[in-house]
Amino acid sequence: MSKKMSKTILFIAMTVLLILWITPIFLVVSNSLKEYQEVVNSKAALPTAPISQGITNFQAILANENLNFVNSFLNSIIITVASLVSLTVVGAMAAWVLVRTKTKSSAIIFMVFVASMVIPFQAVMLPLVSWFASVSRFTGIALTRSYTGIILAYTGFGSAMTIFMYHGFIKSIPYELEEAARIDGCNQYQIFLRIILPILKPITITLLILNGIWIWNDFLLPLVLLGQGNAIQTLPLGISFFIGSFVKQWELIMMCLILSIIPVIILFILGQKHIIRGMVGGAVK
Amino acid sequence: MKKKLTSQKFVYWIFLTPALLAFVMTIVIPFVIGVYYSFTNWTGMKVTEFVGFDNYIEVLGDSSFKYALVLTIIFSVLSVITINVVAFGLATLVTQKLRGVNFFRAAYFLPNLIGGLILGYIWQFLFNGVMYDLFSYSPLSNANSALFAIIFVLTWQYAGYIMMIYVTALLNIPEDILEASRIDGANRINQLIYIKLPMLASAFTITLFLTLVNSFKQFDVIFSLTNGGPSRELASGAVVNSTNTLAVDIYQRAFQLKDMQVAQAEAVIFFILLTVLSLIQVRVTKNKEVEA
Repeated sequence: MSKKMSKTILFIAMTVLLILWITPIFLVVSNSLKEYQEVVNSKAALPTAPISQGITNFQAILANENLNFVNSFLNSIIITVASLVSLTVVGAMAAWVLVRTKTKSSAIIFMVFVASMVIPFQAVMLPLVSWFASVSRFTGIALTRSYTGIILAYTGFGSAMTIFMYHGFIKSIPYELEEAARIDGCNQYQIFLRIILPILKPITITLLILNGIWIWNDFLLPLVLLGQGNAIQTLPLGISFFIGSFVKQWELIMMCLILSIIPVIILFILGQKHIIRGMVGGAVK
Repeated sequence: MKKKLTSQKFVYWIFLTPALLAFVMTIVIPFVIGVYYSFTNWTGMKVTEFVGFDNYIEVLGDSSFKYALVLTIIFSVLSVITINVVAFGLATLVTQKLRGVNFFRAAYFLPNLIGGLILGYIWQFLFNGVMYDLFSYSPLSNANSALFAIIFVLTWQYAGYIMMIYVTALLNIPEDILEASRIDGANRINQLIYIKLPMLASAFTITLFLTLVNSFKQFDVIFSLTNGGPSRELASGAVVNSTNTLAVDIYQRAFQLKDMQVAQAEAVIFFILLTVLSLIQVRVTKNKEVEA
């Protein structure tokens, strides 16, 4: 068999698989651009008036009060961004002092963080809600059904992984760098802000991607902590509420699924290399 | 000197406290009280009585739990095998020297970015909508095929991710070793068995562990695809949800049956199982490192 022929066969195999991989997404898009009756008649057929019907469905989604798409979308962005900022800052600070202060307590604290990674969310999910509710009652700070609570929760649940990865990276930064800065008159805070944080940039990008995808797509934590039908809804929560409680209007469901995926796909196209490297690198460590 | 030391200690705790506070508030305290609750008659609101191992005895004797445990194991083993075989096949394809492989890699990787919940809804439509329209059949309507449908969807989602780990490992195999073996007369299959597979040992440890834990803990996809259904009648006469894995069973017991204390006991058992899995994993990795 000639080299050229085997290459052609390989290429065909990859293309067939590609079609298998992409068809589901194509069908979702195509049905989101149909009218109700068109979907009932045939789900495999192509839409007859994709653009005008697409706009109609898009407007129907935006206007739907049960889904409250714009509100859910904004909430998802607020919660994801705020949690990422909190998680990154808090995690980098903790990891730095844990590496640079070589005491027994540092070693133990780090061990506890790492060990906690085996705890599945299900093991803490039920008591978490009642515990947050009692803290709210005693302190007056609302932790359930609030931004504060869910951002705190994401900071807590992400801290172990974030500290673990920063810890590994900071160990490789030469200590002489910090000593030199200290001799030049920097205090600890300045060293962290001006020397350490800029060096952490590559690992921070990896962590933002890993944690960002997790928080944006997460469903169970918002479900138990925010609750369905609450004013603060994330996108997955709003979508499950919308789909679960009404007659199946597939074209609208498909439209809202597409709308929720588009931001992720745009991000992926823009930062493909970073995202793949970040997600794979994060797992391998 | 002394002043500097104390200020250093001060900085240490200033930097550490926010992380510790969030960690203790969301993981340590809920975990500890969760274990305590599992030994009481906790209703989700209050505790009036210590009941010892009653909740554990109840959950261990419950047919819905026993079914979910067996199902979780079968489901995890099957999906680990399927995902890894598909992922390895894809990785072999996209590491060939061909134009455009980067595009194919990205395309296979794409489903990973979509959340499990959304994926489940997409495939519910594809099975119950498109497939039913074309063939008057949906795999989700039958207890056995529903399980395979879930494994299929998980593979579609996760294989591209695992593929990338294999791709990284395959590209790390030095070209001159393959070249040398080619000169010695090894064909592609020989190379795969005697050179590539042994050199991928550490990649296999990672991918097997990731897929195992991911399947074991899977909730979102099952919740939105089947929500545990359809029901199945066991030989004992008990009726269970046929695709209830442990993760889904805990959720339903707590929020649909409102059986909080028993659900919490089940969650503790779930934690113990995962810890055992992780310890075995650490053991295996350590052994491999010694050999290498």
